[in-house]
Amino acid sequence: MRYEVVIGLEIHAELSTRSKAFCSCSTTFGAEPNTQCCPVCIGMPGVLPVMNKKALEYTIKAGLALNCNIAKYTKWDRKNYFYPDLPRACQISQYDMPVCQNGYLDIVVDDQVRRIGINRIHLEEDAGKLLHDPYMDHTLVDLNRSGVPLIEIVTEPDLRSAEEARIFLENLKTILQYIDVSDCKMQEGSLRCDVNVSVRPEGQEEFGERTEMKNLNSFRAVYRAIEYEASRQISILEEGGKVLRETRRWDDGVGRSFAMRTKEQAQDYRYFPESDLPPVEIEDEWIEKIRREIPELPAQRQKRYVEEYGLPEYDAGILTASIDLANYFEKCVEMYQNPKTVSNWLMGDFLRLVNERNIEIADVPVSPENLVNLLRLIDGKVISGPIAKTVFEEMFNTGKDPETIVEQKGLKQISDRDELVEIIKKVIEDNPKSVEDYRKGKKKAMGFLVGQTMKATKGRANPQLVNEILMEQLNK
Amino acid sequence: MESYKLTVHEASDLIKKKKLTSQELTQAAINRIKQVEQDIKAFITLTDESAMEEAEKVDALINQGEDLPGIAGVPFGLEDSICTEGIRTTCASKMLENFVPQYEATVFGKLKAQKGILLGKLNMDEFSLGLTGETSYFLKTRNPWDVNQDIGGFCIGAAAAVAADEVFYSLAVDMGGSLRRSAALCGAVGLKPSYGMVSRYGVILSASSLAQIGIIAKDVRDCGMILQIISGHDEKDPMTVRTDLNGTIPASEPSIKGMRIGIPREYLDDRLNSDVAEAIKKALKVFQDLGACVEEITLPSVEYAPAAYSTILSAEASSNLGRYDGIKFGYKAEGFSDLDEMYKKTRSQGFGQQVKLRIMLGNHILSAENCERYYYKALQARTIIKGEFEKAFEKCDIIISPTCSTTGSEFERGTDDFLKAFLTDIYTAPAGVIGLPALTIPCGFDDNGFPIGMQLMGRAFEEGILLKAGLAFEQNTDYHIKRPVINWR
Repeated sequence: MRYEVVIGLEIHAELSTRSKAFCSCSTTFGAEPNTQCCPVCIGMPGVLPVMNKKALEYTIKAGLALNCNIAKYTKWDRKNYFYPDLPRACQISQYDMPVCQNGYLDIVVDDQVRRIGINRIHLEEDAGKLLHDPYMDHTLVDLNRSGVPLIEIVTEPDLRSAEEARIFLENLKTILQYIDVSDCKMQEGSLRCDVNVSVRPEGQEEFGERTEMKNLNSFRAVYRAIEYEASRQISILEEGGKVLRETRRWDDGVGRSFAMRTKEQAQDYRYFPESDLPPVEIEDEWIEKIRREIPELPAQRQKRYVEEYGLPEYDAGILTASIDLANYFEKCVEMYQNPKTVSNWLMGDFLRLVNERNIEIADVPVSPENLVNLLRLIDGKVISGPIAKTVFEEMFNTGKDPETIVEQKGLKQISDRDELVEIIKKVIEDNPKSVEDYRKGKKKAMGFLVGQTMKATKGRANPQLVNEILMEQLNK
Repeated sequence: MESYKLTVHEASDLIKKKKLTSQELTQAAINRIKQVEQDIKAFITLTDESAMEEAEKVDALINQGEDLPGIAGVPFGLEDSICTEGIRTTCASKMLENFVPQYEATVFGKLKAQKGILLGKLNMDEFSLGLTGETSYFLKTRNPWDVNQDIGGFCIGAAAAVAADEVFYSLAVDMGGSLRRSAALCGAVGLKPSYGMVSRYGVILSASSLAQIGIIAKDVRDCGMILQIISGHDEKDPMTVRTDLNGTIPASEPSIKGMRIGIPREYLDDRLNSDVAEAIKKALKVFQDLGACVEEITLPSVEYAPAAYSTILSAEASSNLGRYDGIKFGYKAEGFSDLDEMYKKTRSQGFGQQVKLRIMLGNHILSAENCERYYYKALQARTIIKGEFEKAFEKCDIIISPTCSTTGSEFERGTDDFLKAFLTDIYTAPAGVIGLPALTIPCGFDDNGFPIGMQLMGRAFEEGILLKAGLAFEQNTDYHIKRPVINWR
């Protein structure tokens, strides 16, 4: 029998507001433990939360970018449970009146547009972090993250494969970065994903029993967890068994999911209205103001790159998949008239180094000006293409401008005919065997001699000139 | 007259006229405490030393010719739920026995800014869960009128300290009426302001939607003066509203001619003690003689207010008290092998019986299977009761009732009879449940000489009308002047 996989996602994205959701503490990542806390976010008795309007604004913005209806009236609820990273033993969240509802996001899978429903987006506060001390038998609590605003985006069960889920997440991440409400850094935990998976025989209307895997922290883990879980469920069904409704833990190292707790063991969070915070009325004017602040979103931008710059769909897709990269690209083409060349460099060495070094585009030390300067050096035949790659890597490492690097390292292209003739004469002299081969008709030997010339000039020889002179000398 | 017996405005006048210094006044209160505190037991923590230092500063300012506010140099007490920076704040619980907050309640900050003198932290029910102060982990506070010690009962420290002339006024939390009830039984004036009138920042609350900071004072004028100081919008308490306080303090000779007084039919049944009924009847006559008209009104659902109150209280308390888990501050049990055991031991040992009862109840009420049946039903009742009061207030300006159905001489000892205990809240619970202002003033004495309190309820944020009516009553009666005689030894 063939099965269909049904997937729903719950995505937690930390909002990039400067202060926390219900107090004025900083949200900067990576500070010394417990230095960004106050009586409110560590849950001291007697103090009261006060809503950060910016966090609500960001939530509305995310809702608008994902085509949601924005509630006119919203309120806060408490989710009660005990855990050391939750200082009040309750989390301020939203239960039955989320800020955003009924949205969607269109994604392209195998050239087909698929509309994925967004059930809701609500605002809540993050918990702190537990640090397990490996040397002492201790677990310590860091409450810097406690109270950081978080949106939870819940999709409809509209996704049908691990690949669709991955594409959806990529698209969603890009949108959140475009509208600048979350930096979506998975390695810092600012984007986390829960996955609900079920399978059903193809053609069956009714959903199968689902399992949930919580807190997956990379798109790769999401992909693998879905693949694994779908096949696990299918084998259960094939063997005539029943899938249990349960929460499972995904172990990315082992590549397997493990049962954590069943539905019966599920915690009762005893939701009820947060009585320390008044409900909020969201005025239409405010929504419209936020709507006007939403920039051109990735899909529109991709289309524009194809139309305006004549880039292939694929290139435009890659460039617009990150707002930082797209902005970088646009800065370059403002100064440099050949968009395709810029695009080739960005998609080539630029992204290769970004990925190798695992850094953010915003942190790349090469400015758009300097990349354009490098391209101009190539165009002006000051340096050769291969040398340009070396120069670029050096720029990437040091942040220096290309002219300085070329100057300091003596990388200028040798286009002086006389100088090259001397060098090539020496190459011919040193490689009589190859010269003979060439004269016997082995055209391949020519390549070797070019290579030797390049080696002798440390790559600086003008390749066209090298070819020309070699031909001359060999055919004498 | 000994200066500790003065009201705030009397003491303030004398200080301004330099007939009395703040140090003399503070010393007199401290001496009074030394004299009666072993019998009353109102204080959990005394701050007499720092009080004298503050009094000295006030006197120095006055000698420099500074014009100080009305409460400057006059000692007060704060219930131990109100956070005081650097001074331990226990909520009368073992859980917070050694808790010293690093922040202060907005109300305390406001009183300090006006040069009020904090004399100490007052006893209360553990985490305000109780009626009579008896659930305190530390001590039981006696009603100063309980001269024989074999009848009568207990009350919260904030009421006893004022009634026994240990402090000139006090602030305490009022939810279902513990403040008003204790004030009435002690013959003091008690005001629970409207929800949102006074900032609750820095006050340890068990039920956020019910609790309000109230005032206990020796007369209505003092009450109004203190309300004006502590009320107003506070950006740290999002529930506070911007209100116009003009008219909060009534004119010195207020007229209540034409004021419409509503008497709920539901409040005058046979559950009411006959002395109390008689006193209320006489009080209404006083109002009528001053030109007010009295009219019977109906609040058909008011009898559900105590149940709604108790349900909401338990639910919110079960959540608000979750933070006491032994991890960050407060009591932590010793000898546990894992996290769950640490939670269990800490909370079992750190909380008293009444608190645990409320938490268990609250968890039950909020559980997925019961939430609809209990919690949301209570919220519905709250909405219905609110509607009935709104309707009643179309026909009247204030609603008068007894504050308690009984007096100190009939006081039920202990809180064993849970149902009976909370049914006595029928007069005081509604104002807590729907956030209305309510004032209790002395209106008579029973056969054994115990004070009787009368409660005046008004529309939200119309404390001014209550104070006006209270002041008019006070100026034409002398119940508020009589003080208990404390000579038990």
